[in-house]
Amino acid sequence: MDDNSGAVRRFSWAIAALAAIPLAFLAMFFIWPVASIIFTSLSPGGRFDFTSLREVLTNADLLGVAWFTLWQAAASTVLTLIVALPGAYVFARYDFPGKRFLRAAATVPFVLPTVVVGTAFLALVGSNGLLGVDLDGTIWAILAAHVFFNYAVVLRTVGGLWSHLDPALEEAARSLGASRWRAFTGVTLPLLRPAIAAAASIVFLFTFTSFGVVLILGGPGLATLEVEIYRQAKQLLDLPTAAVLAIIQMIGVTAILTAYSRYQERSAVEQGLRPAAEVATRPRTRGQRALVAGVLASMALLLGGPIAVLVERSLHGEAGYGFGFYRDLGEGTRTGAQIADPIKAISNSASFAVVATGIALLVGLCAAAVIARRRGRLSRWFDALLMLPLGTSAVTIGFGFLVALDAPIDLRASWILIPLAHALVAVPFVVRSVVPVMRSVRQRLREAAAVLGAPPHRVWREIDLPIVARATAVGAGFAFAVSLGEFGATSLVARPQTSQTLPLAIYRFLGQPGAFNFGRAMAMSVILMIVTAISIFLIERFRTPGLGTF
Amino acid sequence: MRARIAALSVLVFAATACGDDATATGGAPTTSAGVEEATSSSTPAGVVRLLTHDSFLVSEAVLDEFTAATGFEVEILAAGDAGLVLNQAILTAGNPFADVIFGVDNTFLSRALDNDVLVPYESPGLADVPAELQLDPEFRATPIDYGDVCLNYDKEAFDALAPPGTLLDLVAPAYAGKLVVENPATSSPGLAFLLATIATFPEDADYTWRDYWADLRNNDVLVTDGWETAYYGAFSGGSGTGDRPIVVSYASSPPAEIINAEEPLEEAPTAVVSEGCFRQIEFAGILRGAANPEGAALLIDFMLSERFQEDIPLNMYMYPANAKADLPAEFLENTSVPRSPLTIDPATIDANREAWLDEWTTIVVR
Repeated sequence: MDDNSGAVRRFSWAIAALAAIPLAFLAMFFIWPVASIIFTSLSPGGRFDFTSLREVLTNADLLGVAWFTLWQAAASTVLTLIVALPGAYVFARYDFPGKRFLRAAATVPFVLPTVVVGTAFLALVGSNGLLGVDLDGTIWAILAAHVFFNYAVVLRTVGGLWSHLDPALEEAARSLGASRWRAFTGVTLPLLRPAIAAAASIVFLFTFTSFGVVLILGGPGLATLEVEIYRQAKQLLDLPTAAVLAIIQMIGVTAILTAYSRYQERSAVEQGLRPAAEVATRPRTRGQRALVAGVLASMALLLGGPIAVLVERSLHGEAGYGFGFYRDLGEGTRTGAQIADPIKAISNSASFAVVATGIALLVGLCAAAVIARRRGRLSRWFDALLMLPLGTSAVTIGFGFLVALDAPIDLRASWILIPLAHALVAVPFVVRSVVPVMRSVRQRLREAAAVLGAPPHRVWREIDLPIVARATAVGAGFAFAVSLGEFGATSLVARPQTSQTLPLAIYRFLGQPGAFNFGRAMAMSVILMIVTAISIFLIERFRTPGLGTF
Repeated sequence: MRARIAALSVLVFAATACGDDATATGGAPTTSAGVEEATSSSTPAGVVRLLTHDSFLVSEAVLDEFTAATGFEVEILAAGDAGLVLNQAILTAGNPFADVIFGVDNTFLSRALDNDVLVPYESPGLADVPAELQLDPEFRATPIDYGDVCLNYDKEAFDALAPPGTLLDLVAPAYAGKLVVENPATSSPGLAFLLATIATFPEDADYTWRDYWADLRNNDVLVTDGWETAYYGAFSGGSGTGDRPIVVSYASSPPAEIINAEEPLEEAPTAVVSEGCFRQIEFAGILRGAANPEGAALLIDFMLSERFQEDIPLNMYMYPANAKADLPAEFLENTSVPRSPLTIDPATIDANREAWLDEWTTIVVR
């Protein structure tokens, strides 16, 4: 807040009110549960026991796990940025047939269950893999899978801002004699920095807590903290060690996040954003066409390859190709027990996703409004706190719900825990999609409105809302996709069997022996992909005139 | 109150309708002491909550019979893998959100008992359960089913070469690069197989399990994170898509290949090595502090009834604990219950699990 007018002071009250909603949500469904489970695990007899802390900190293997977690996440983040930024550019600057559909489709990998993707990756780059290289058990398999899963994060977050950058700026630099590269690094890159940092922070958190990918593709030799926490809780029943590892994980995440938001604040540049439609053009020169074609081809290989394996397997029965696995999804065992009800699983997943997205939008938009306007340490901590659930292990959250949510209402066996857990993970996506755009909205517009007597809520509604509506749609799409694909925390909360989601149904089939069940797991995965692509496509269609208004 | 009357009348109806053939309809509850408690108690609860792992599967019709006979609806709460489910029970000990837990196996049993999660209940159904499955003399944990973790092999891959007959065969050069196992640190069949090797090559022998695993490693054993990746991803037999012809799976996997084949099969494409199998026994118990202990006792009685027990093999691929329960034909024709499965006392497992897993990791992974 750079000046002291009455309007600004009124803002502070509005901001405090806005902050209350996300704070209450986090306090109830994150801080309290996580604090409870860590305290319960570390104080078995009611007194705090430091032995496990000492044991973990002197265990070279576990410290090695922490180090591996950190560097593989950093490497994955850099690699994802390198691979996906050209895609973000092409989607922001060029129009081509099927663009909207492709952007929705690129989000599909993001929701796929890791077990399913893991086996698809092994079919491509495992021993006897179709691509002829054996990466099984190596860091390369892990990195490739991380790029596969997170491509869409960069494509959408960076592409979202890029499509609104005024190309005239870069053109001006060019006409003043700057090379193409110089114009990019000197003009475009600094303007994109907030979005790149936002995307990088999400990719980093996702890969920092990577579980299934590392478990399946890393072989027994490579483990992240997330894998180790799971192992301690599931096979060793050693909750104190799991709790210490969870603390280390959260400290690491917090350190990265606060550094990030400090950077984010410094790098935000106010700028005139342009409507996307004015910015994107059809590729005209041969070079432009080659660029678009190159990006689409690399996407087809990287994202399309594993997906194609899944689709092929879902259609390929012993008797040749057909839809048998799809037709028989709901078929029971010989005694009539139903492994999964496909229609129910779709409707459960969709309903949970609607509830989770609703919660994430409410919490995330309030939080984003606060973060975008406030500067300083308090705001940085607030921002880091919102992101923290993304960097917290599913075991910690799932068990935390269990020990904390028994009173005043016993929610421990309620379906509501599922969308709540999803919303915790989805909020950061809303915040990250919206904050860079909000920060870029010219402060002068807001101040002008306030000086002219508009009350804060009206400034928000008439200045900010239309501008952020597009970014909100991106965030909502992510939130929806996160919910559709979430497996870790979902499987850990005790839920009635009737609230089975699509990912749970897939794992259910995979856990049963026999070719019929494997085929049905693949078919269920393809259905999850289709549901995701359709949802994202619909959410993105729902747009207000947005940036066209100024 | 209305629920209680309804329950009572259903019971009376069931009792008269079933008449002399109570066992055939899974009517064990009607003869148990639990029923009188349930009907005379003042708790109006009409629901029994069963906390279990993700692999639990039972036919709707079977549960409906329980409801018809007792008036209690069963609500199934699935909550991850067996170890995670037990942790949840331990974390909520004394203040549980379910009444019955199912799926604690012998590798975790003493952890459940030491943490005082369960209360004793001696079900009349135990009369039909072999003594070797009953591991808790205080009746807190009731055996419901059992299975054997065994080596499976791809029949097609063993034409010229004989399939392995013992665990020791696997370290021979002829079997190099043929075996895939699950990581015992992340998978329960993986842990069971490690325990099988520890029981076969004990600490005090000349050739210990450590030597054995070092030899397996030299013989190019493949380790995957879990059963799905090992069986579907790396194994070449049956529904597997990989190139390894020997896998750690269950004695029930060959029948499962037939039952879940896409096209009807004459015989199973895979077979079991009946030496070196480790026995897993799954238990149920009443959670301490359960809101509905009467319903919980009735459910445990019912889970031991022939009706429920005969539903187990085709859905969970385990063997019924009740010796009177019939097995499906596929289970009789395509596999055999190992004559002398290996076991290790649950308390010994619990005391050594962490050290064994650490040593295994050092030997096989590093």
